[in-house]
Amino acid sequence: MANPAFHRPDMPGLQPIAATKVTTSAPRPEPMLRVSDGEMPDRIFKYLMVACGMAVLGLLALIIFELLLRSSLTWHAFGFKFFGTSNWDPVNEQFGAFPFIYGTIVSSVLALIIAVPLAVGVAVFTTEMCPRALRGPLSFFVELLAAIPSVIYGLWAIFVLLPLLSDHVEPFLAKTLGLPRILGWTGLFTGPSLGAGMLAAGIILAIMIIPIISSIAREVLMVVPQHQREAVLALGATRWEMIRIGVLRNARAGIVGGIILGLGRALGETMAVTMVIGNSPDISRSLFAPGYTMASVLANEFAEATSNMHLSALVEIGLALFLVTIVVNTLARLLVWTVTRGQPASTHV
Amino acid sequence: MSSAANIAAPQHKVSPVSLRRRVTDHAMTGIAILTVIVVLVPLVAIFGYLLVRGLASVNWAFLTQTPKPPGEVGGGVANGIVGSGMILGIASLLGVPLGIGAGIYLAEYGRNRLGDAVRFTADVLNGVPSIVIGIVAYAIVVLRWHFSALAGGVALAIMMVPTISRTTEEMLLLVPQALREAAYGLGIPRWRTTLSITLRSATSGVITGVMLAFARVAGETAPLLFTTLGNEFWNLRLDQPTAALPLQVFNYAKSPYDDWHRQAWAGALVLILLIVSSIAAVRYAVRRGSFGTA
Repeated sequence: MANPAFHRPDMPGLQPIAATKVTTSAPRPEPMLRVSDGEMPDRIFKYLMVACGMAVLGLLALIIFELLLRSSLTWHAFGFKFFGTSNWDPVNEQFGAFPFIYGTIVSSVLALIIAVPLAVGVAVFTTEMCPRALRGPLSFFVELLAAIPSVIYGLWAIFVLLPLLSDHVEPFLAKTLGLPRILGWTGLFTGPSLGAGMLAAGIILAIMIIPIISSIAREVLMVVPQHQREAVLALGATRWEMIRIGVLRNARAGIVGGIILGLGRALGETMAVTMVIGNSPDISRSLFAPGYTMASVLANEFAEATSNMHLSALVEIGLALFLVTIVVNTLARLLVWTVTRGQPASTHV
Repeated sequence: MSSAANIAAPQHKVSPVSLRRRVTDHAMTGIAILTVIVVLVPLVAIFGYLLVRGLASVNWAFLTQTPKPPGEVGGGVANGIVGSGMILGIASLLGVPLGIGAGIYLAEYGRNRLGDAVRFTADVLNGVPSIVIGIVAYAIVVLRWHFSALAGGVALAIMMVPTISRTTEEMLLLVPQALREAAYGLGIPRWRTTLSITLRSATSGVITGVMLAFARVAGETAPLLFTTLGNEFWNLRLDQPTAALPLQVFNYAKSPYDDWHRQAWAGALVLILLIVSSIAAVRYAVRRGSFGTA
């Protein structure tokens, strides 16, 4: 349902682009009088711009090509075993990336667990609850979080977050959630409180992806038609019931898209995680223990990798990271797109 | 679903909202407010620490000297500031024209399948982790040449292109079609129309997009780790390892020296200020410049 108030450049009708195309491409008789109509410069300009557009495709092709080329050595040596084994020994040229994959997944999932309720809460508050005057500044401040460089998050985390975790938060968690009859059996909250570790990485990642998730969630919530809210309220719903039934249910596909977009960012996040995760390739069940991620092993070892095999192993980790983020981002964009393009997420209204 | 059941029952007396529902409503409002507070706490904390610790550590020597050897007190990051300027300059020279060109392609010639492919690719590129872009720049430039400012510039340029092209496209599409038609009607060739009419009317939006991309890459550290590599001394050559401010912040932060920790905070503050002020400067210039045209 196209709104006539919107200017739609892709609508047929007034299209001078098509009109000029006809004059340039249609075969025509030799003109008797040669008029300089700027046809040549036009064509050159067009090819130049098309070249720029194709360069974007070329960049992606180049990335894939280089990653494949430079990782072929380990691929031939280890095959799929590369991703399943845990032996990372550059000196003896034995490479298994499992600890890094494990660390990437655990830290990102942890980040989502912390970030999703917070981000959705902020989005719901700014769109549905807060006074109109507060709306702009609030979303501005939350999105300011996205403008801070990753390395500054890491710096702050090293000197503020880590001491806080090791001195207060982790001992507290061990004494409460870590008790045997609560979550002690999982082993998640045991071991020494070091500060640097999986939990720290999860928290800093959560802070970094909250603005992404909440800005997308806000966008999708605002697309939900106003009459939907009014209808639910007219049935006697309280405000929360209106939000739950009339708003969140309709926007959930888009919100999930935003969450997956945040996941994509968390998977590839490098600097802040490298600075706080402790960089140890031992897999431990405890969240307090140090870990390692795919991105941070690249950050730590790439510049110093001297043997071809080591370099190739690192590039292969990069390739895996690249493929995963592409899949995740594509999925997220499709989900957000289904909501914001006027397609209701749920079939029943 | 539950509301549908409510309608079905023919109730003529308005029953008061039950206590349970009212309590839930208030509790949820409270939780939402709480989430906002929890999210704003780290923001305030980060900026607070940055200002307090950074301002206490920035001094003239920090801005004008090169780093002292590890463990010695004093020194500064002047070479890093200049190095970052070089790297960002290269990135902008490569990335901005390419990005704007791709944006023009998408808006003016890309209303077809191929254009959709380019659009999708740009979005995909936008989500590629910066460290992976660093690997690619390493493979393209460093392996064939040197660790250099150029390699870092190439990496950042690759990161700028998708953002710039998509915002440029969006801004060009906002320019009314009638403006283009008027230009064609005057016999102005298409390329001239695109550059002098369409792009010109969209200038401020396009520049905002460029600044967004710039701000995003200016603080990037990961793609510089193994492309520009860092340098403790002055270097103004494009083919040599070069110091960069984010790299210095990273190295100082994880070092064991108190004085370097102090400098890391100072460096972080300078980095943020440089990013914010460059954005503000360009915004201001654009706003002043576009009064006559837009």
